Amino acid sequence: MNAAVLAQLKIETPGGSGSCVADNGFCPEWIADNLDRYWTPLLEHVFLTIVPVAIGFVIALGLAVLAHRRRWLTGPIVTITGIFFAIPSVAAFFLLQPLTGLGYTTAMVALVSYTLLIIFRNITNGLRNVPAETRDAALGQGLTDRQLLTRVEFPMAVPEIMAGLRIATSTTVGLAALAVFAGAGGLGSEILTDRYFKSNVVVAGGLAVLLAAVLDLALLGLQRVLTPWQRARA
Amino acid sequence: MSMTPAILGDFGEGIEFLFSERESVSGGVQIGGPAEMADFCATHMLVSVAAVLIACALAIPLSLWLGHIGRGDFLATATSNVGRAVPSLALLAFFISFVGLGYVNVISVLVLLAIPPLITSTYVGMRQVDRDTVDAARGQGMTGFEIVRKVELPLALPTIFGGLRIAAVTVVATATIAPLANVQTLGEPILTPQTYGIVGQIGASILVASITLLIDFLFARLQRAVTPKGLKLAGDAPAKGPRFSLPTRRRLRST
Repeated sequence: MNAAVLAQLKIETPGGSGSCVADNGFCPEWIADNLDRYWTPLLEHVFLTIVPVAIGFVIALGLAVLAHRRRWLTGPIVTITGIFFAIPSVAAFFLLQPLTGLGYTTAMVALVSYTLLIIFRNITNGLRNVPAETRDAALGQGLTDRQLLTRVEFPMAVPEIMAGLRIATSTTVGLAALAVFAGAGGLGSEILTDRYFKSNVVVAGGLAVLLAAVLDLALLGLQRVLTPWQRARA
Repeated sequence: MSMTPAILGDFGEGIEFLFSERESVSGGVQIGGPAEMADFCATHMLVSVAAVLIACALAIPLSLWLGHIGRGDFLATATSNVGRAVPSLALLAFFISFVGLGYVNVISVLVLLAIPPLITSTYVGMRQVDRDTVDAARGQGMTGFEIVRKVELPLALPTIFGGLRIAAVTVVATATIAPLANVQTLGEPILTPQTYGIVGQIGASILVASITLLIDFLFARLQRAVTPKGLKLAGDAPAKGPRFSLPTRRRLRST
């Protein structure tokens, strides 16, 4: 009797979730059992987001400082980074392919090039929005140009720079899903290989959205730490 | 053997793929050439134009009204945040698995991607119109509708077109992955290397990138064309080109 019940259970459990999976349905059981297989793609995705944004930030910061000193450079920089920004990432991967092959490098180069315009614009806007009186006061206190930039203008531009980083980060999470076409893995590769399977699409897509939200909150937290005076005023 | 000729060779072959037919990698069928590319291009443009028009019809009137009455800060920020966070590939896969394949689903995905930049730019454009200007218009006896049509909308147009530009570029870029849902856009050669080979992938990528850049350029010109003379003369006119700022708290107002 007992054995018979057990035997039935054994047949029914996989049978039940099996038909859901066979129908490409939304199966909570399957999700609970298979969640761990998304761990590696998720880590790859984090890598594909943070590294390009970090590299993009360094390059954009350099360009912004350059454009801050030589105003006439702003136009050409915006035009060139604007071209990078407009080229569809899937096309960019295959245009880079003869140069860098397929894989991480190609995905990274393309993803970095997308962040440049966003971050550059926000840094230059932030620097430009520093009130003239503040700048005058700093110069009057005897600050050099370099001190003015690092001690006054950059700190005051932090909110806009952080806004740029947040936009660049959430955009990159979305574009990194396309890195699968460059052969660089990430959550996009899970989505693509099983795109008819509802459970898979929901989990992989959901993780990407969740990742964007978590990184956004982290950057917001960082901004609060970096701008204590804003909290004091409020 | 240096690298350079080999690289030029790949791009050269890609361009050749666009202009002359050849046998497919797997054999049997003729691929490439102007006729097939024109077909893909037509489908690509059809879904893109349809999506942008539908998105405009849905997003712009609503945001004009919200911008006019000044309610919708939350909607404008929330849609742009959510819109950015959802990967286009995930959205397309969601439609494929839950709704199905085909034109309607592809266009729906593209519409959903085009709506957030349109809502945000229209709303922000309306809100950044100088309040004094609106008051002056009201003082002259204009009705609410007249204020929107004759004062706020013209002043907001450059910003709205900035959003339209982002929406159009996003849509054309994303239409590249439409073949995943059986809609044969210019992404077809890119996503089926077993038929089109590397040459087809590169050729189609060159074409997609050129079309997107052309569209970006045209919308930038259009944006300049719709900028009212007064704003152009002002020089430091707000919002030339796409804006990438989150609405920040106004400084120096509290004191």
